[in-house]
Amino acid sequence: MRQSQLREHSRILGYGAYRPDVTVTNEDVCQWIESSDEWIRQRTGIVTRHRAGADTSLLDMAEGAARDAMAKAGIEASQLGAVIVSTVTHPHATPSAAAALADRIGATPAPAFDISAACAGYCYGVAQGDALVRSGTVEYVLVVGAEKLSDFIDNTERTISFLLGDGAGAVVIGPSDTPGIGPSVWGSDGSKWDVISMTHPLTNIRQLSLAAEAAGSLSAAAAEVGDQDHKLWPTLRQDGQSVFRWAVWEMAKVARRALDAAGVEPEDLAAFVPHQANMRIIDEMVKQLKLPENVVVARDIADAGNTSAASIPLATHRLLQENPELSGGLSLQIGFGAGLVFGAQVVVLP
Amino acid sequence: MASNEEILAGLAEIVNEETGLAPEAVELDKSFTDDLDIDSISMMTIVVNAEEKFGVRIPDEEVKNLKTVGDAVDFIAKAQA
Repeated sequence: MRQSQLREHSRILGYGAYRPDVTVTNEDVCQWIESSDEWIRQRTGIVTRHRAGADTSLLDMAEGAARDAMAKAGIEASQLGAVIVSTVTHPHATPSAAAALADRIGATPAPAFDISAACAGYCYGVAQGDALVRSGTVEYVLVVGAEKLSDFIDNTERTISFLLGDGAGAVVIGPSDTPGIGPSVWGSDGSKWDVISMTHPLTNIRQLSLAAEAAGSLSAAAAEVGDQDHKLWPTLRQDGQSVFRWAVWEMAKVARRALDAAGVEPEDLAAFVPHQANMRIIDEMVKQLKLPENVVVARDIADAGNTSAASIPLATHRLLQENPELSGGLSLQIGFGAGLVFGAQVVVLP
Repeated sequence: MASNEEILAGLAEIVNEETGLAPEAVELDKSFTDDLDIDSISMMTIVVNAEEKFGVRIPDEEVKNLKTVGDAVDFIAKAQA
């Protein structure tokens, strides 16, 4: 019996992005919740967020980012050994977004699967992609972070919905002659499962629709189960204060561990790309990590909002467009979110 | 272990660093949100810095009960005892 031949190194070969074209301003948000542009900017650093219209699906965005990443990497779909999509907003429990995406881009019969790790999903995907390439299992892996969060928000609630945007970011990972992806520091803490979560499980919709059939009307059934608002569709909520504390102080430790694992000092970094959750979290993390001023910090959140699994590849794609001199430099990336889950690694920018 | 006066002075320093408010504005009867205009995110930063400074643990669910500076001083003093 033989086992696959190990490879020593892997790296990210190219980044791709898809940003949907509906711009939601803070003024728009203030039609739905009582707030102000100033309040939102001060608390979150967000000025606009991009959202996809009804005619743009999660897969459309994933495809756009994937094709961009493949073009930048110079890799054809037929060369892909695996397609991974990180998302929490694919509207089908099965089949996966990844299988459909692989078919759309012409990567069939590459193995394809989704990762559900919310805002850490992209870093989980990079951990998987790196492992698949270095184990010799495949040569090239496509990792996509794609979210249509606007399908899972309630614009009138004020814990999380106004932060969120849609979009997709992607990378192609492949073999390298030199180290390109540092050890992944990743994990979970399910004891904080409900700190960021959906209002209720999808099975409630089924229960209610069965009750509606029996009662003869939806409103009668809703009254029976105490759902007067008819809010059948589950949407996201968070306990912002708890999340903030965990995201800054616990995640700064994770980021430091990722640096240590890679044998990299803060002053060796060219860029820092944390998950774009809130500008205040980003600012506080920079402070905690004592990053030197020459490290370029991704602040894509100001225009893009929080796009969950898409935020890190989107923000990195933009950094490379605006600062091409970062190419070849080291970037510390860290994702963290609902689960709770987290993942971080140092990568060489293509 | 710090006296209540020392805890107040230490808290005032932390609040000053986070918000720029003059330390003497941080008085026992002042409400963090209404009088000192400290938002929930700044409050968390203050809480974490206070934990470090005074060697105590202030759980998330307890933070909501710390309405005034005096509440925070009392909690820290009890936690240190």
